[in-house]
Amino acid sequence: MEQTTSGTVAATGADQGYDMAIVKMFFTATVVWALVGMLVGVIIATQLAWWPANLGLPWTTFGRLRPLHTNAVIFAFGGNVVFTGIYHSMQRLLKTRMFSDTLSRIHFWGWQGIIVLAAVTLPLGMTQSKEYAELIWPIDVLITLVWVVFAINFFGTLAIRKVQHLYVAIWFYMSFVITIAVLHIVNSLAIPATLFRSYPIYAGLTDALVQWWYGHNAVGFFLTTPFLGLMYYYLPKAAERPIYSYRLSILHFWALVFLYIWAGPHHLLYSSLPDWAQTLGMVFSIMLLAPSWGGMLNGLLTLKGSWDRVRTDPILKFMVVAISFYGMSTFEGPMMSIRAVNGLAHYTNWVIGHVHSGALGWVGMISFGMMYWMVQNIWGRQLAHPKWATHHFWLATIGIVLYTVSMWAAGLMEGLQWRALNDAGQLANPIFMDITQRLNPFLWLRLVGGTMYLVGAIMMAINFWQTIRGPGAKAEPTPVAAD
Amino acid sequence: MSDNHKESEKAYGRIHRRLFEGKAAIMAIATTVAISVGALVELVPMFTASSSLSWERADWVTPYTPLEVAGRDIYIREGCYLCHSQMIRPMRAEILRYGDWTRSAEYQYDRPFLLGSRRLGPDLQRVGGKYPDAWHYEHMRDPRSTSPGSIMPTYAWLLRAKIDPADVTASVVALSKVGTPYPNTDEGWVSGQLQQQGTTIVGNLSTAGITAAWDDEIVALIAYLQRLGTDGKAHLAQTGGDQ
Repeated sequence: MEQTTSGTVAATGADQGYDMAIVKMFFTATVVWALVGMLVGVIIATQLAWWPANLGLPWTTFGRLRPLHTNAVIFAFGGNVVFTGIYHSMQRLLKTRMFSDTLSRIHFWGWQGIIVLAAVTLPLGMTQSKEYAELIWPIDVLITLVWVVFAINFFGTLAIRKVQHLYVAIWFYMSFVITIAVLHIVNSLAIPATLFRSYPIYAGLTDALVQWWYGHNAVGFFLTTPFLGLMYYYLPKAAERPIYSYRLSILHFWALVFLYIWAGPHHLLYSSLPDWAQTLGMVFSIMLLAPSWGGMLNGLLTLKGSWDRVRTDPILKFMVVAISFYGMSTFEGPMMSIRAVNGLAHYTNWVIGHVHSGALGWVGMISFGMMYWMVQNIWGRQLAHPKWATHHFWLATIGIVLYTVSMWAAGLMEGLQWRALNDAGQLANPIFMDITQRLNPFLWLRLVGGTMYLVGAIMMAINFWQTIRGPGAKAEPTPVAAD
Repeated sequence: MSDNHKESEKAYGRIHRRLFEGKAAIMAIATTVAISVGALVELVPMFTASSSLSWERADWVTPYTPLEVAGRDIYIREGCYLCHSQMIRPMRAEILRYGDWTRSAEYQYDRPFLLGSRRLGPDLQRVGGKYPDAWHYEHMRDPRSTSPGSIMPTYAWLLRAKIDPADVTASVVALSKVGTPYPNTDEGWVSGQLQQQGTTIVGNLSTAGITAAWDDEIVALIAYLQRLGTDGKAHLAQTGGDQ
């Protein structure tokens, strides 16, 4: 089959007065942190399947590396890829250079500094223990400062824009900038005890509610809305077709940002959190299905009339599978938020499978699609190995399927065996470890899936390296016609 | 796309464009309002329910002792909460396996909360008093010696590392600032408390032939684990568990 990619060599943007250097910086950081974050994921998956891989050292145990994995993939890979897309697409959509090159660079180096500090402190056991908000208070302060710099740059660019109309991608970026600031500050309020340790101002279930309000909206506003923004810009670019429905984009944007913020308490079902809060969390989680699928449909229907190109273009392949996984995991999430289903799924591997169908399937695949398109566009070169992109696509897709299917099986198994009662009304599996032992084959299968996903990402990194630096690349990108 | 569809798209666009899309500031304010409604409705009642930002309080729960605070900090440092939950749900199988379901007041001094999100190992909310101190010591040294088939890492360094009374004092001072009622927060008092409780655990360990010191990290961790869920258990035994 002939291999073609949609990201044909076009104007690189530098000639239009845009700051393309910052885009390249974030792009490069994205690739590096993607590999680091996924590698740590493979390491901790190995530890769960085979405990001696903890190595008996304090800083290599699962308990210290798991936060490193989640922070690296969410904030280092996810953060940098979103910043890449925002700095690239915003300048084009608003036909202006970013507000301040200095702020752009403070944002870039500040963010990378935060990541390096995270990579040092977490293995040393310095943590606040709140999931995806583990970093110690001085780093939290630094995050706040860097975010303010980013926000000034973002809104400053909006203020000096040369296009009055704000395209839908910008709305989604804006909700990301605002909401992450609110979430981060409210959830991080704590009294320092030492430079490395602090205690939250909230206690017990109030602390739990604040954390899961933060935690679920980190999914909503860090891993969903900015990536929908990326979809709204890069999918039409790659497919060379306009977005299917403008009206749908308005409806699902407002519904999504309004409903998402309520969903947090579904992480605390069956706890002693007041029932009204648990029920609100469940009901709003179920309602979230509608705007989520609005986004999915708007994405998939944009391809109406160009489905033939999905057969040959790996970039569109990545994007279609990403949007499909977005649809699947936003169906699964509301389902798991139903109290009775949650009673079975909570605390099991099913949750891990759900998270990864969103993270590997949606966030990862839409990012890869965007990056394959962008590397050609901003460096003004053809992909060095177009076939490798297709190989990467298949490795990643099969890897995700192995991952999620093994976690579903393991999650259902442990959920059912934990609760199983015998005829006498006593526990059918009274020894917890018996159930743990039965999960082992699934943990190995998950490791295979995750490793395939990592190998695909390594192929992508080599492909990008050779596209940018390798033999055959032109010394200076030659801009072709402006788009 | 039908003409009707196109027309309604246009009408929709006009309204939305006039309201928001040309005006970044209004769009930003509207977005902030949209995300604030749910946040305020869910969070504010929990804050206002108590001045110390702990939702439910009961006098049958007492604060963690300084040694337990030190142990809890070790529990957090090692990421124990990533594999062990501290929340027994009101379900028959959970109550049979772990004990009575967790009341909200039992968490009132938990800063941060440690409910966990995954059970790679069993729930620990009522593990206090379930095993002797020596069991925990052996379990940290080699989890498979006490729990065959366990996938838990070994934590041998806890047997050697020491807690620092000055460091624990800083924690007690900070916890006291956010409202945990300690009778005293001087380093002298904290140090005395650490020694007193630590020495009792060292005594328990020595009857099992284990040599330890009151300021070993393992001793602090054992103090914390042996405390978990015990206030609630005692209270529920007394009241018959009707609340």
